[in-house]
Amino acid sequence: MPSHLFDFSILASGRYHDMLLSGLWLSLQLLAVTLVLALPLAVAVALLRLSGVRILQALAWTYVEAVRNVPLLAHMLFWYFGAPELLPEDLRSWLYEHNFEALAATIALTLYAAAYMSEDVRSGIRAIPRVQLEAGRALGFGFLASMRLVVLPQALRVTVPPLVSQVLNLWKDTSIATVIGTAELMYQAAKVETATFRSFEPFAFATLSYLLVSLLITGLGLWYQHLHPARAS
Amino acid sequence: MLEQYGLYFLVGLYPKGPLGGLALTLLLASAGLLLAMPLGLLLGLGRISPWRALRWPVTGLVFVVRATPLLMVVFWAYFFLPSLTGVRTDRFNTMLIALVVFDAAYLAEIVRAGIQALPKGQMEAARSLGLGYVQAMRLVLLPQALRHMLPSLVNQFVSTIKETSLGYIIGLAEVSFIATQINTLVFVLPTQIYLTLGLTYFVMCFGLSRLAYWLERRLSTSPHRPAKEVTA
Repeated sequence: MPSHLFDFSILASGRYHDMLLSGLWLSLQLLAVTLVLALPLAVAVALLRLSGVRILQALAWTYVEAVRNVPLLAHMLFWYFGAPELLPEDLRSWLYEHNFEALAATIALTLYAAAYMSEDVRSGIRAIPRVQLEAGRALGFGFLASMRLVVLPQALRVTVPPLVSQVLNLWKDTSIATVIGTAELMYQAAKVETATFRSFEPFAFATLSYLLVSLLITGLGLWYQHLHPARAS
Repeated sequence: MLEQYGLYFLVGLYPKGPLGGLALTLLLASAGLLLAMPLGLLLGLGRISPWRALRWPVTGLVFVVRATPLLMVVFWAYFFLPSLTGVRTDRFNTMLIALVVFDAAYLAEIVRAGIQALPKGQMEAARSLGLGYVQAMRLVLLPQALRHMLPSLVNQFVSTIKETSLGYIIGLAEVSFIATQINTLVFVLPTQIYLTLGLTYFVMCFGLSRLAYWLERRLSTSPHRPAKEVTA
């Protein structure tokens, strides 16, 4: 067996090391930005679905079902290749010259993750007894104020465990941004493979990174639950 | 456009060339889930085995697969597996292997949950009747658990259909890849083409998830039927 069967030195330093690390960094950025954008959107969609106003409910339902029943890859293709066609020519070419891959990936990931999260938020809100909302209303708060001050603080706590598994899914889903050429971890791993003809080392790096971050997310979720156990109602 | 490319979208170059398009997507998803089922059942049983030497490695394996993206599994199967075995598997089989491994880990959790949802007395009663652990599992617990798992299985099929789209990345001619091919040929209608692609997935997946919902409601009311049995 040749001694260079595995050559982990490419991971330790040099160009390929830098490529993989920048990929990991972009993946983490995608995760963070998407999370910050998707959470409020998810809460908004969940509130629309529980608003009691028919047309708003139908609108939110359509959004959730339309997004969840189409693979993320098709979302990515649509936002990267399909949607820009609706924009004026100048803006479109400007976008494609300015790292549109990352923006399209963020849009697709945000809309996709928010659809799933809104379902979790919705069941969290429904788990809070309705009298809580009614009590808020009886005290003179409006629908939005009672939601924000009374129901949501309780509901979001119940929602943390399912949300953690959605964050886990989101972290894994960032890899699909490869398809439109976003230079995240999976893309860089494949690029290193092509450049070095070594698949084991870059893929081992990527797999371990995905595993470690997944473990970290799971751990944070458990830690949160330990700090704030859901109250028995 | 529909006349010109409709058939290509549905079946690829078939019958003059290899099967592709929507037909390949469905074939891949069905084959993937069917082959993953026995493996998922074994892994699920391993997950709750009273035998630690079996339970721990299986739990570890299931966790590792569930914590990595499917695309990672696809890349291992596509780039690394051939250098290990020396045989270059074609794209369809590569994707199939990745799907089976990935889905089996998810099915294992469905099986585990299905069995653990049953009352503990079921196993105890079966064992006290003199059945061994394996027999009790096969004759008493699994038939009940599999029934409860049916909606989850249909939902897993929806996920599998969505997962087949990753074949695009290794150049497998499933429906997303064909849509992109058509887009390259037509060039001027990307919005319409990708909306059609989305709609195609939507019709399949939405229909199936409604089926799962219906099954869930039906199964949650029918299996025990206490009222009817009392009157009968």
